[in-house]
Amino acid sequence: MKYIEEFQDPALAERLLGEIRAAVTRPWALMEVCGGQTHTIIRHGIDQLLPDEVELIHGPGCPVCVTPLEVIDKALEIASRPGVIFCSFGDMLRVPGTGRDLFQVRGEGGDVRVVYSPLDALRIARQNPGRQVVFFGIGFETTAPPNAMTVYQARRLGIPNFSLLVSHVRVPPAIEAIMRSPKCRVQGFLAAGHVCSVMGTGEYPELSERHRVPIVVTGFEPLDILEGVRRTVLQLERGEHSVENAYPRAVRPEGNPAARAMLDDVFEVTDRAWRGIGVIPDSGWRLSPRYREYDAEHRFQVTGIDTREPAACRSGEVLQGLLKPHECEAFGTVCTPRSPLGATMVSSEGACAAYYLYRRLDLPSAASRPLEGSPVV
Amino acid sequence: MSETTEAPDVLAWTCPLPLRDQPRVVMGHGGGGALSAELVRDVFAPAYGGPALSAMNDSATIELGGARLAFSTDSFVVRPLFFPGGSIGHLAVNGTVNDLAMSGARPAYLSCGFILEEGVETEVVRRVAEALGEAARAAGVEVATGDTKVVEAGHGDGVFINTSGIGLVPPGVDLRPQRVVPGDVVIVSGPIGVHGVAVMSVREGLEFGVEIESDCAALAGLVEAMLAVTEDLHVLRDPTRGGLAAALNEIAAAAGTGVVVQERAVPVPAPVANACAVLGLDPMYVANEGKLVAFVPREHADAVLAAMRAHPLGREAAVIGEAVADHPGMVVARTGLGGTRVVDLPLGEQLPRIC
Repeated sequence: MKYIEEFQDPALAERLLGEIRAAVTRPWALMEVCGGQTHTIIRHGIDQLLPDEVELIHGPGCPVCVTPLEVIDKALEIASRPGVIFCSFGDMLRVPGTGRDLFQVRGEGGDVRVVYSPLDALRIARQNPGRQVVFFGIGFETTAPPNAMTVYQARRLGIPNFSLLVSHVRVPPAIEAIMRSPKCRVQGFLAAGHVCSVMGTGEYPELSERHRVPIVVTGFEPLDILEGVRRTVLQLERGEHSVENAYPRAVRPEGNPAARAMLDDVFEVTDRAWRGIGVIPDSGWRLSPRYREYDAEHRFQVTGIDTREPAACRSGEVLQGLLKPHECEAFGTVCTPRSPLGATMVSSEGACAAYYLYRRLDLPSAASRPLEGSPVV
Repeated sequence: MSETTEAPDVLAWTCPLPLRDQPRVVMGHGGGGALSAELVRDVFAPAYGGPALSAMNDSATIELGGARLAFSTDSFVVRPLFFPGGSIGHLAVNGTVNDLAMSGARPAYLSCGFILEEGVETEVVRRVAEALGEAARAAGVEVATGDTKVVEAGHGDGVFINTSGIGLVPPGVDLRPQRVVPGDVVIVSGPIGVHGVAVMSVREGLEFGVEIESDCAALAGLVEAMLAVTEDLHVLRDPTRGGLAAALNEIAAAAGTGVVVQERAVPVPAPVANACAVLGLDPMYVANEGKLVAFVPREHADAVLAAMRAHPLGREAAVIGEAVADHPGMVVARTGLGGTRVVDLPLGEQLPRIC
């Protein structure tokens, strides 16, 4: 694998930055949709290097941040049941539901395991035929195909003790919702490259046309981000709006047909609540009727859990690009990664956490205090 | 907050994510990050802390019978017991030996306590013990006392080991973060993140074909070579749990200075960079077991670096940054592209990202 060093080359970065500076004649607000891109931008200081006219607004593309509290509560309930082995990607363990998180369920004796592939959870189910094994299937179009593969395989191989707790979300309806918001300031989108590597680019021309915004499919390394910004700015300066693929090494126009066929078979489109934003029509996937028996919500009868979130935390405004993390009154004072008020402060892909972890130096007073904690013995 | 708008009372917000208190111990309390620090600060130090403990270093420096001793203890609960380039036996020696060496001491004697789980194969215990003996001979220390306990099946994890160690601190040597001053040069003794990735690469479900061996090694010899150049090193740390980021943050906090790291100067081997890219981890937070980070007065930096590079365990030593007067207690990285970011103390365990 040689795709890291080359895509962080300072000389190439400077060249791209120079082209962006040369092109810009007035202020533009671009949104990078994906939390992975937010993380790269903040970690490498890309936002500091861009000309002042180019503002990056951080989008809602962090799967951890937008998973509704209700779904987390269902996960906590299922993981607490005796005999259950609850498998999850690592970064979901720290997201608090009402009063606790999966780490604490584990501390209370729950069998919660971090896996690196959903198929590991299926293997655990085959190795433990006497136990119920549940995988926490969250994320965007990127993580959906491997999660779909688990129930597809479970049905094919006849593995009855496996089920999936599903809370998948889709990017295009979120872009639609952001553009329809009366307060929307976004003038161009860096679309999430890895989502497009699965889904292709076919869903975007209609969005671009209807809202007259450039949409540039963008990768995740520093040079990818700069190239995405450069192309979006060039379109805006020319008064154009179209869909461009600036990530051709991973994205084909048709995406990954095998993965899309798997998604069509296993999932069906549904309305989905996004944490901090609310319900977005047709923005999620749930298991299709054919696979309903593998739906953990039904199997463990947690469909009745209905957690309502107080609307106090302003993470919704952050997720919609209406508020920069450090513009929130609670940022860095009562709201830190150690004691998050909102989901955007939990995951390292959340805009608030990224600002807190990497940006405290440049921000006003309260936020720039060192993290609580003293030397460790 | 401007005078014209009424400030919202954020403390009165009902927050969707409750403020965290931890009624039970979670894995993060052993992660060497903020949670570990809080446990020490809020529970252990008030209960039994004294003058020696309050220095909060990896080993205590104590005066006893006219001698200056370094005294340290460490427990080892690693899985798997054997990994590429080492084992729990090697770690049990080198972890404690290195804690002593970081205070400038010459490690001399270790104690070794085994907590074995009922049912573990005696052959496994034998292999662990032989590895431990091999590491002790290599480090030039003697295991002078020991203890064995057995817990019922299901109440342990095969083999747990605790070692404590003592060593003599040579006269004139005084290694403490409080001695760091702005202008000190920060040197790391070689590539980072190697041990953490080596152990991860053989954990269940993570066999991603990385051929990498742990850097597990005893550093007392390297420290001796550095002290031969000048006694006036300011502080040394072996960046184990929490990695280089945790070590630099601890030093910055205790020293009351800032630290600036040039990200491109930090040696990260390709397999570590690649594994971290796949898992969404940051090499700065990944554990090392045979590396040290040194804060050295600027006038001695070149000579110390040369002495390190002349030693087998410091061949790839590199200057990675400096202590500064700005942003006290905070570690800042200058990124390869020319931006800056804060390098924070890790909260608890590093968690692989979803996508």
